Amino acid sequence: MKKWLQKGRFLSLFAMLALLLMGCGDPTLSALIPQGEVADKQFQLMLISISIMILVLVVVFVLYAFVLLKFRKKKGDNSTPKQVEGNHMLELLWTVIPILLLIILAVPTVMRTFEFSADAKPASKNELSIKVTGHQYWWEFEYPKEELITSQELVLPADTKVHVELSSADVIHSFWIPSLAGKTDTNPGDKNKNYMWFDTGSKTDVVYKGKCAELCGASHALMDFKVRVVSKEDYKNWVAGYKAADDKSSANADGQQVFEKNCLSCHAVGQNGGNTGPSLTGFGDKDRVAGILEHDKENLKKWIKDPQEVKPGNNMPKVNLSDEEIDAVSDYLLGLKLK
Amino acid sequence: MATHESHKKRSGLMDWLTTVDHKKIGILYLLAGGFFFLIGGLEAVLMRIQLMEPDSKIFTGELYNQLLTMHGTTMIFLAAMPIIFGFMNAIVPLQLGARDVAFPYVNAVGFWLFFFGGVLLNLSWFLGGAPEAGWTAYAPLSTVAEDTGVDFYVLGLQIAGAGTLAGGINFLVTIINMRAPGMTFMRMPLFTWASFVTSGLILFAFPALTVGFFLLMFERVFDANFFNPDMGGNILIWEHIFWIFGHPEVYILILPAFGIISEVISTFSNKRLFGYSAMVFATVLIGFLGFMVWVHHMFTVGLGPVANSIFAVATMAIAIPTGVKIFNWIFTMWGGQIRFSTAMLFAVGFVPTFVMGGVTGVMLSVPAADYQYHDSYFVVAHFHYVIVGGLILGLFSGLYYWYPRMFNRVLNETLGKWNFWLFFIGFHLTFFPQHWLGLMGMPRRVYTYMSGQELDGANFVSTIGAILMGAGTVVLLINIIISASSKYATTKDPWDGRTLEWSMPVPTPEYNFAQTPLVRGLDALYVEKTAGNGEMTPAEPVGEIHMPNGSILPFILSLGMFISGFGFIYSNWYVAGAGLGLVLITMFLRSIIDDHGYHIHKEEVEADIKGGRA
Repeated sequence: MKKWLQKGRFLSLFAMLALLLMGCGDPTLSALIPQGEVADKQFQLMLISISIMILVLVVVFVLYAFVLLKFRKKKGDNSTPKQVEGNHMLELLWTVIPILLLIILAVPTVMRTFEFSADAKPASKNELSIKVTGHQYWWEFEYPKEELITSQELVLPADTKVHVELSSADVIHSFWIPSLAGKTDTNPGDKNKNYMWFDTGSKTDVVYKGKCAELCGASHALMDFKVRVVSKEDYKNWVAGYKAADDKSSANADGQQVFEKNCLSCHAVGQNGGNTGPSLTGFGDKDRVAGILEHDKENLKKWIKDPQEVKPGNNMPKVNLSDEEIDAVSDYLLGLKLK
Repeated sequence: MATHESHKKRSGLMDWLTTVDHKKIGILYLLAGGFFFLIGGLEAVLMRIQLMEPDSKIFTGELYNQLLTMHGTTMIFLAAMPIIFGFMNAIVPLQLGARDVAFPYVNAVGFWLFFFGGVLLNLSWFLGGAPEAGWTAYAPLSTVAEDTGVDFYVLGLQIAGAGTLAGGINFLVTIINMRAPGMTFMRMPLFTWASFVTSGLILFAFPALTVGFFLLMFERVFDANFFNPDMGGNILIWEHIFWIFGHPEVYILILPAFGIISEVISTFSNKRLFGYSAMVFATVLIGFLGFMVWVHHMFTVGLGPVANSIFAVATMAIAIPTGVKIFNWIFTMWGGQIRFSTAMLFAVGFVPTFVMGGVTGVMLSVPAADYQYHDSYFVVAHFHYVIVGGLILGLFSGLYYWYPRMFNRVLNETLGKWNFWLFFIGFHLTFFPQHWLGLMGMPRRVYTYMSGQELDGANFVSTIGAILMGAGTVVLLINIIISASSKYATTKDPWDGRTLEWSMPVPTPEYNFAQTPLVRGLDALYVEKTAGNGEMTPAEPVGEIHMPNGSILPFILSLGMFISGFGFIYSNWYVAGAGLGLVLITMFLRSIIDDHGYHIHKEEVEADIKGGRA
């Protein structure tokens, strides 16, 4: 009976905490509003550990407040307090109880730690897997099975387990989508490739915010990316549309000429172009210019005109273009839409 | 030649440059550390101003990264550690009943190396920009940076680190060898115990850092490839080496604060420390476990679930001895008569604040959840709760507590209370909201955040808090300036102290103890107060006192290192060679000049005793 009561109390504390923490922040960014299986389990772990820790805090704070109020020196009291050496019973108590609390915490800790790294590599070719490569300061996403490479925006089907392979082209970055899963570092070098998995959750047509979490240089703060989760149907269409896209998908011929002359050596559109910079296939459908600015022509022109002004320290050179050329190439890029 | 004895009395600046007196070196450490603390604090306030509002453009990109790197590096290596060494120097020999540290000359070398290293690092601001790769200087970000910032970081800290290592060894030897008769290990005050364990940690942790810095220096100056994956190197080598040093460093910092808090709580509760032996054991255990948890800084690096789980459980284990300490402090106060002086206020503020930093530490030890916390503002909140809410509150407490012994004056209590409340409230206002910022998706070390991510409010509050902390520090400065222009306080024991450092008159005689005291129990002075006449019983008759001579060589040796540092930074081998040559010359001179110190004659000591000066 008493045990039941305690359990009930613990659960209600749990529920209150969950209420307190939930709804904190932006629903497409906050780790406190989990949207997928992994983030959800991580949130549960937070609740378990916070509950135990609040229990500890309450005990310490109440005891402490009592001591501070009760044992103040009273005016005129010059007696000497009893000099106590210690108390074996008490000392044993506050050694054993924390050990028990930590064991309670250690069990789910070890369980989940193994769970999150198990099966991180795809078991068969049918599973969805992506290769993430961090660059200063943008993200490259390769879909090996679908044979396509995108940048800055990760499009994924809902209710799907995604296997991720992570590496870096330059310095260490860290791949973090708080709503869906905790972070994993992207390390340079073949020996330090990392693998993780996450679940995309059941919501569709939602854009989650992704962040770089490891200091990677001057524009570390601006190394955002987006995760667009769509229905499985829409995802299939997107893949087909992306694969069919080519550099003719925009109707601006002047702009295309400028692009081919000045930009194509680094940026790919469809099957053509280099891979030093982010792929611009379907650029017109994207969410942000350079990962951070509102997606409009004004910002795109600003970005092309002086990339260092927008993202300090990034590797895109300031290409010598006239205002007309910038205008044309901007129109061309914004016209690159998937069918 | 061997019996020749000479002693030059120096005064003014020359006295401070040549001193080997632990009390003066303690003051030098405190002044230099305090100066760097102000610089590091200013850097923090500048960062908070930039983050006050979204999309702010005051300190952006590289400049912001320089601020965050220098803030962390300065606070840890050039503010916190020297201030700790300041207290260790000023207090540990007195608590032991010793006349100086074991190696007074090495002590001076340690200080000047730290000082010149710190100056070298900070000169980077004026010579092409400060380091910008974070205080952790992860490769390859630190190895590919093209400006000289990281070179200043490597060489400045290498030189300062050598000083720290020398200091640590010195205190190990001092505490083992220089204890007064009767001062057994289990009668040593907790601050001395903490200094002992901290020195042990320095002995084992700093060489790892030294090696790491040499690798990084070779990588940058001589194009080595330890961390270059294209040439068969591996970036993780740096991360492991750095954190094998870096985690014990956290305990190097916090253990002395534990020691200070133990002294202050015991004194101002008028009770002996509850569970003294458990406290000592907990201190040693924390120091020991501190070496086996470094991977918890690397949970997201990809070391696999086995490594992550082992280090997770090891990390959790540290909570147990730490919890023992917390309860022992509370039960020291239980049944006591608590006097809320400023020193005690800081100690009282320390306990709950540190507990909060501790519980978030346990939360961070859960790897699967740490994937969300790691490198977010949650971590920033956690380690500031431990380092500012723990260490800095402890250091402030120690400053108010020992100020009368170090500077012969008492700091003003009213200003002290303003100092405490402004700093304490400002601290919680700054860092409590940062827990939420991290959980709501804000990575750390970002110079800006866009509006519309619900991060604005908490960031604004955080900046207000930082300004309050700054105001609290200004009050402390005013307090120090006012006290400096006031008269000597004449009481030798203003707090009704329990330990040996309160047993001699003010100002402390240069030889500390006219006669080495006989220690008859834990809280040696308190034992005499209750069982004797309130004075220490001498363990020896009045006699000649042997003292070391001051020397300018430590200053010159460190200057040589400083010069060679510049040589390596700019790859100018003549300058580097000249600097190292100067170092070798001073070492040679030190070796061939027989310096036996001097003696203070018996008559002088007797006159001091008669005049109440000893």
